[in-house]
Amino acid sequence: MKVFKLIFKNALRHKLRTALTVLGIAIAVMAFALLRTVVTAWYVGVEASAANRLITRQAVSFIFPLPYAYRDQITRIPGVERVTFANWFQGVYIDKNQFFARLAVDAETMFDIYPEFVVDPAELEAFKRERNSCIVGTGLAKQYGFKIGDVINIDGDIYPGKWAFVVRGIYKPRDKTTDPTQMLFHWQYVDERLRQEDPSRAGQVGWYIIRISDPAQSAAVSDQVDALFKNSRAETKTETERAFQQGFLAAAGTIIGSMNFMSFVIIGIIMLVVGNTMIMSARERTSEYAVFKTLGFSAGHMVGLILGESMFISVLGGGLGLALAIPFVAGFEAVVPKGWFPVFLIEPVTIVLAGSSAVLVGILASLFPIQRTLRTTIVDGLRHLG
Amino acid sequence: MKIPLSYIVRNLGTRRLTTGITVLGVALVVFVFSAVLMMAYGVQRTLVSTGSEENVLIARKASNGEISSIIDRETVSVILTLPHIARTPEGAPIASGEPVVIINLNKVDGGVSNVTVRGVSPQAFALRPQVRLISGRMFQWGARELVAGAAIERRFSGSKIGDVVRFAGDAWTIVGVVDAGGAGFDSEMWGDSNQLLDAFNRTSYSTVTFKLDRADAFSDFVAAFEREPRLQQFEPKTERRYFEEQSELMAMFIRVLGIFITVIFSAGATIGAMITMYAAVANRTVEVGTLRALGFRRRSVLAAFLTESILLSGIGGVAGLLLASFLQFFTVSTLNFGSFAELEFSFALSPSIAISSFLFALLMGILGGFLPSVRAARLNIVNALRSS
Repeated sequence: MKVFKLIFKNALRHKLRTALTVLGIAIAVMAFALLRTVVTAWYVGVEASAANRLITRQAVSFIFPLPYAYRDQITRIPGVERVTFANWFQGVYIDKNQFFARLAVDAETMFDIYPEFVVDPAELEAFKRERNSCIVGTGLAKQYGFKIGDVINIDGDIYPGKWAFVVRGIYKPRDKTTDPTQMLFHWQYVDERLRQEDPSRAGQVGWYIIRISDPAQSAAVSDQVDALFKNSRAETKTETERAFQQGFLAAAGTIIGSMNFMSFVIIGIIMLVVGNTMIMSARERTSEYAVFKTLGFSAGHMVGLILGESMFISVLGGGLGLALAIPFVAGFEAVVPKGWFPVFLIEPVTIVLAGSSAVLVGILASLFPIQRTLRTTIVDGLRHLG
Repeated sequence: MKIPLSYIVRNLGTRRLTTGITVLGVALVVFVFSAVLMMAYGVQRTLVSTGSEENVLIARKASNGEISSIIDRETVSVILTLPHIARTPEGAPIASGEPVVIINLNKVDGGVSNVTVRGVSPQAFALRPQVRLISGRMFQWGARELVAGAAIERRFSGSKIGDVVRFAGDAWTIVGVVDAGGAGFDSEMWGDSNQLLDAFNRTSYSTVTFKLDRADAFSDFVAAFEREPRLQQFEPKTERRYFEEQSELMAMFIRVLGIFITVIFSAGATIGAMITMYAAVANRTVEVGTLRALGFRRRSVLAAFLTESILLSGIGGVAGLLLASFLQFFTVSTLNFGSFAELEFSFALSPSIAISSFLFALLMGILGGFLPSVRAARLNIVNALRSS
């Protein structure tokens, strides 16, 4: 018990220094939590993917379309429950900085295959009935103030021209990882207009989404789909939704890698700050520790004293940092342009990592002063001047 | 009277470990700060050097990049009737109508990424003289052949000379490697534009690029362009400006994130410097008292401690910058959000990055050292001398 009291008293001996150290750790833990959150935000697409969904895209690259006619052929494959499709419409809303997913989809089947997009049945009916209507996510509705009945004007680029869509529904994300910032409208509506204006591009979809009855069969079904269209003008590549999302991430690997690297540099910096404080404290108390030894305190006591103080400071800092991280991450989300991260949440694993690294820092930072204290002989220690 | 600089410098040497750790902390922050700026600047510089001031690129107004732009052949012929387009001695316009697509290829170090395939017209090489063949031969007009950019050849498997890439229902042989001196074209594959249009069953180009007859004719051209009612949906930009814009999203992403992080980092390092300086003041109370008793003024003591702190951070700044400057030897390759295709670039250090990183280090020293220096300056002579 006495040792704890001593640790506590020691830590508070230089109140300003301890306060600064705690603040330093708190700031670093905050930065760490933010970086990890950015990294996990990238992986949200992978997290959100369902095991029973396959994505079929053009083998060369997903910018090339697939014929609409593939749909029936895919549906006939055993193990395939339902097939829907989507098309990356893009276009410009207000200006080029307003970035969110704008997809032309099959109104009849889209929401069956994506149950995590929760739409009120009446709204869904209204959407299905009206050709030029759209459904937006709650995130978009909040950001732009869209209400049912509003008209959203899009300037087309991949599909040139002016487009207007009436909001007929607002979907709610079912899971925390569901993207609430998508705008979905009728593929048929877009296709009809293409048929008149640019017939060579009509009747094409971006990618197919296949719901299979048994996730264990995903590899077999994928192979069958791709075999169907082998040696055609538009060969396909089918993979699980998870693999598809991971492919996107691999392309941005350098950025994610460098952020990962930076989060470790942060841990390094915390270690330097805490380590420095501990070294200075131990140095100032050299003669004091010698007195302890003279009184008969063992090496174990010395270790406990220094390690305990180091842990006390770093855990305090870590706790404060985590508490501050929540408003801080929210603030960062408000500052960055909308659409960069559709889902931005502190994951539990981030909290665990930040907490355990604070503990680890506490241990590592005390190693050097412990070693120094144990090595100093009583005589040298007593002779030491600050 | 001022306290001599040599005294200050030697003070740093007495507590080597603490000094070293503080310097290291500052150095790490400066390293990350300059690395982030160098990365953003690297993307920008690569894409800026891709385009020429004397070339004009025309794309559809609403398009976000070359792959989402569409220009049909009739529009191209309308454009080519406009004035200020440079011509060869034979009278052909120095212009290239280009279909731009992206294909998936496997990277050498694992994973799949997007590679830009650009179809070019015969004048493209007069348009972009920086693109030189470094090995193999040029693709033949009318054949399904490609030349790979140097960065593509390095980073993607199956893109060496003699390899065959399959897309659009055809096999395309890679027959040569071109180098554009570190520009964005190094991360592309080029082929005959008619072959690509034919293979993809397309009738429209993505963009059209031509050379101006005079370097300063751009505004005159734009005036003529805007008078033409059939070109309402299209927008001319100098090629340099166009490619620079493709770097904006990426560079901004790196900068916003990087600066946000480093500002937090720097708060940590500033606190580190502050702790060190407070400790220095506390350890040297008697010394400060002696200095004051010898007749040094309060402001000299303040200046001495502040200088020590600035020196500390200055050394850290130089060390961090030195470390960061080695990054210039590295090239990295990643997906550029602007063009949605792989782009190789190197970290690039500019004088302004070096200066701002160094100033940033000094600022950390000043902020961290100010309060402890004030404390040192305010010590009472008698009490200071008496303290043990």
